[in-house]
Amino acid sequence: MGALMLSVEALDVTFRRGDDTVRAVRGVSFDVAEGESFGIVGESGSGKSTVLRAICGLAPTSGGLIRLRDETLRTPRSAAFYREVQMVFQDPYASLHPRHTIDKVLSEPLAIHGFDRREERIEQALSDVGLGPDFRFRYPHQLSGGQRQRVAVARALILEPEMLLLDEPTSALDASIQAEVLNLLDRLRTERGLTYVMVSHDLAVVAHMCDRLVVMQHGLAVEELTREALAAHRATTDYTKKLLSASEGYTQAEAP
Amino acid sequence: MTVLSRREWLLSDRPASRRQARLGQVYRTWLGFRSNWLAMVGLAIVLTLILVAAFADVIAPYDPVVGGDLRTERFLPPFTDGHILGTDDLSRDIFSRIVHGSRLTLMVVVLVAVIATPIGLLVGTTAGYFGRWVDVTLMRITDIFLAFPRLILALAFVAALGPGIENAIIAIAITSWPPYARLARAETLTIRDSDFINAARLQGASSARILWGHITPLCLSSVIIRVTLDMAGIILTAAGLGFLGLGAQPPQPEWGAMIAAGRRFLIDQWWVATMPGIAIFIVSLGFNLLGDGLRDVLDPKARK
Repeated sequence: MGALMLSVEALDVTFRRGDDTVRAVRGVSFDVAEGESFGIVGESGSGKSTVLRAICGLAPTSGGLIRLRDETLRTPRSAAFYREVQMVFQDPYASLHPRHTIDKVLSEPLAIHGFDRREERIEQALSDVGLGPDFRFRYPHQLSGGQRQRVAVARALILEPEMLLLDEPTSALDASIQAEVLNLLDRLRTERGLTYVMVSHDLAVVAHMCDRLVVMQHGLAVEELTREALAAHRATTDYTKKLLSASEGYTQAEAP
Repeated sequence: MTVLSRREWLLSDRPASRRQARLGQVYRTWLGFRSNWLAMVGLAIVLTLILVAAFADVIAPYDPVVGGDLRTERFLPPFTDGHILGTDDLSRDIFSRIVHGSRLTLMVVVLVAVIATPIGLLVGTTAGYFGRWVDVTLMRITDIFLAFPRLILALAFVAALGPGIENAIIAIAITSWPPYARLARAETLTIRDSDFINAARLQGASSARILWGHITPLCLSSVIIRVTLDMAGIILTAAGLGFLGLGAQPPQPEWGAMIAAGRRFLIDQWWVATMPGIAIFIVSLGFNLLGDGLRDVLDPKARK
């Protein structure tokens, strides 16, 4: 295990609307090492996406600490933070501006952070995610879901971050394209030594992608597991066992 | 380059440059617009207005201000020799006055659009994006402006600054931006928490960049549609101010003022007031048809 990249300590996220308070995340802690791929698993509403959003500053934290390389993150996040940490959203149909060409999507972060050699970088970013140069001046509505998600990955990687937050990056795609995008993410991680924090409700995806994972339920971290423990079904809590058997049952029913 | 290949170049799925992508998008919108014949009629009317205003000196056969012989050429009915729409009480050719009046009408419309649209967009998107006290403050100011009866505020304004077409324009502009602000705010609220805006935030984009580069382009089409549909109302307000003697001052050939002048002879010399009335009607109708057509092609929600 390498040096500590990200550490989340007793994270609390509370949403308030009038008298209504929802404690979406309650005291979640975990550490992610450099170059590691870390998974967060749970059912809908367990607060797993909120943890990601809190890390990148999109959700308000009401307690706890988030550290990136021993530096406590401040709200609002600094420009340097966004060069180190980028996010890929769940729904590629909602995460690309409908009136911006791919070229514009990719050139904007470069302009914000004052990168040089923009033309080259854009072409490189497109080819890195397996899209040819003739995609560059298209609009999102001229692309398929898988191609859009590739563009979203390219956008996240164009700032050369060290950590990617992946919010169910494949759940909006159909099965054949899921594997394609997952393999792409896997390849990019090995090539660039990226650190991943990946949220998913799909145990199979997380087992494929992640070295370690945390299981969340009702805003609480229920259990932390390694990939080996997951493969060997060494879950200790009831909830994780249930989750495991649910995903098994699904695969067995699927098989002819 | 043949016509067909140019069309293919525009409709290409694989544009090779920024320019081709943008032109292709414009061309697609144009194709959608062209299939709506009523909108094309509106566009034709508005283009005619612009051409007539540009070439008023060439088109108008007589001087719009200086009349002919007051003994023999007063109140000539339409289709009298040389005066296709007749003459008024000062022997001025009504057709020439309407042609020159189109300049005033166009000036009113363009200036009001140029002043009111950016104010409305800026206030609305800012209020919607920042929310909280910014939203409350800006929208209450908007409410105050919205609560003023338009014509009365314009009257007060003109009374304070003195009558004249410029003051009428300012008066109309400051009373017409609140609806655009509300519209832009509503649009902003629906997109401000969407993932593509979050993605821009995560790239470190400043609020100004997000407002200007990401939110405004999405609000723009509905605001443009609304402005075009309001053009008719703006023309009518300007004409109303002219009619009340608070807009364009005589002898300027403003259509509303012309109707006001012709009102005294409405029974015996009907054409003096009717002809500029028809002009106002046609131009207002043109803007309405154009606005409707634009809504069909630009509004993403109405798109098939």
